[in-house]
Amino acid sequence: MFAYVTKRLIAMPFLLLGVITVAFLLTHFTAADPLTSIIGERQMNNPEVVEAARQRWGLDRSLPEQYLVYLGNLVTGDFGTSFRTRQPVAQDLILRLPATLELVIAAMMLGTLFGITLGVLAARFRGGVIDNLARLFALIGASAPVFWSGLLVLFVFSVQLGWLPGPGRIDARAVAPPFVTGFFTIDTLLAGDWTGFRSVLLHLLLPASVLGWTVTGIVSRMVRASMLDVLSQEYILAARAKGASPVRVLLHHALRNAMLPTLTIIGFSFAYLITGAVLTETIFAWPGIGSYAVSAARGLDHPAIVGVTIIGGAAFLIANLLTDIAYAVVDPRVKLGAKAGA
Amino acid sequence: MSILSSRSASSRFVWPEWATLPLVGGGVVILAWIIIGLTIPWWTPYDPTNLAGMRFQPPGAEHWLGTDALGRDVLTRTLYGVRHSFPIAVFVIGCAVVIGCTLGAIAGYVGGWLDSVIMRFVDITLSFPPILLAMAVTASLGPGLGNAAIAMVIVWWPIYARLMRAQVLSVRSREHVEAAVASGASRSRVLIKHILPLCWSPIIVNATMDFGQVVLLAASLSFIGLGAVPPTPEWGQMISEGAIQFYRWWIALGPGLAILSVVLASNFLGDGLRDYLDPRAS
Repeated sequence: MFAYVTKRLIAMPFLLLGVITVAFLLTHFTAADPLTSIIGERQMNNPEVVEAARQRWGLDRSLPEQYLVYLGNLVTGDFGTSFRTRQPVAQDLILRLPATLELVIAAMMLGTLFGITLGVLAARFRGGVIDNLARLFALIGASAPVFWSGLLVLFVFSVQLGWLPGPGRIDARAVAPPFVTGFFTIDTLLAGDWTGFRSVLLHLLLPASVLGWTVTGIVSRMVRASMLDVLSQEYILAARAKGASPVRVLLHHALRNAMLPTLTIIGFSFAYLITGAVLTETIFAWPGIGSYAVSAARGLDHPAIVGVTIIGGAAFLIANLLTDIAYAVVDPRVKLGAKAGA
Repeated sequence: MSILSSRSASSRFVWPEWATLPLVGGGVVILAWIIIGLTIPWWTPYDPTNLAGMRFQPPGAEHWLGTDALGRDVLTRTLYGVRHSFPIAVFVIGCAVVIGCTLGAIAGYVGGWLDSVIMRFVDITLSFPPILLAMAVTASLGPGLGNAAIAMVIVWWPIYARLMRAQVLSVRSREHVEAAVASGASRSRVLIKHILPLCWSPIIVNATMDFGQVVLLAASLSFIGLGAVPPTPEWGQMISEGAIQFYRWWIALGPGLAILSVVLASNFLGDGLRDYLDPRAS
């Protein structure tokens, strides 16, 4: 166990370096000339402008040289300058990271909540209608494209019913809270702005539900399996014999023990949510890393693409590492190193 | 004997044991899409890229799923969409399986430094969130469905390399392989004749399940604007047109349901295949 964790931790920096290298190389073996997106197509015929831009952005140096410079800058937290926003990529990312984290954390909470509820119900009514409906609901959430289900819920709850606000993080007429943590939920509270806080929560509800729905199935399947496992044990029988109410047995005795294995997959769902966030943010006009990645890719903004890919890769690596470790700690029967990636 | 039993049951159709609900249900949906894709030009009244009526007509008798911003029939475009999604998914899965399985088998069978090199590539590639990697690759190759397909092959091959390597490692220690080696079979013969034939079932199950995932990712890339370009009737591209007019809900409805049906069907089909090919795993 200890040896496994150490091995994984030692491998981390190498994998991270691999991620950086691949991300860097990908955007440099490119068919499109990055200069087009820097100086615009019309100026491409002007050799002086082209040469100046080449020098200014370091594109006149050889690839290994550019790579080493990039690595050196990364160490100091410098991801380069975005072609599009003309801001340091690191600054763009830091400003946008809280929005993504807020969305992903809210989605994780909602998805886990749905998942546990469905899983408990499915285990309680095993093989019945509720069990099958729960499975279908979770399966649809995992299979439907978020950029489509997002549109549908926006249409139904925002346009038709008018219950919830449309895209964005806060009411368009409201002023964004002063930047402290970047989490609007926390920042509005710190500013004592209750109407703002309410608006932020309401704006968060739809995108977080849509995104959380995608991981509901992962959680509910796990909860159902471990609940069934727990429910067949003798202490449950003992609790029933003692006269504990069915609900109490289910929630107090069974669920508490069934939760342990469930905790392990939260890391896994986190990795899954990073992917979903990219598309959810686009639909909900959410100013996070995901929508930044999309506009960077559309605009052939190479420094931004490399930066986002590296950050995404790092987050993914850490989430996967934590999942594997949690998995190993909770369930020693798991054979480490034998897990196939998916 | 089988003839006798089937004759005695002639009054009532008896499901064969392999025909479980997920397997048949998933198979029927995928098959239906394939038939639609192959035959569609002969039976739709409308053209997928030309004006079919008034703009923005809601669903009705003339246009079952309404018309879009250019007055094109949404249902027709949705059905034509399979002609883009399925070939791409087949191409991506095919290439990923061939590349991944070849490298995975070599890694697992040869071992040593070759194994290390291949598997480090696998580890690094799998360290990226799939959509970000696909976006980065497509962005640098240039937008377009073909480039999106190449990007997805890059995303998918390591999964098969890992799977195949694990399979080869588990099969190569079996007794019949030892017997083949002892009887003097060459290394390549042992691999091809004695190991690989026993490795395929998880690959087939995974490839079936991934089919829907590839369709989904291809649509996502098109939705973002890195895949299909207008006026291609591609599902992700159509949903992005619907997103611009999202209070006209019917524009995105058809393509969304189409993607959902393919992803669900390939999931069910994969599940059913796993139960059939490897009953112990479920």
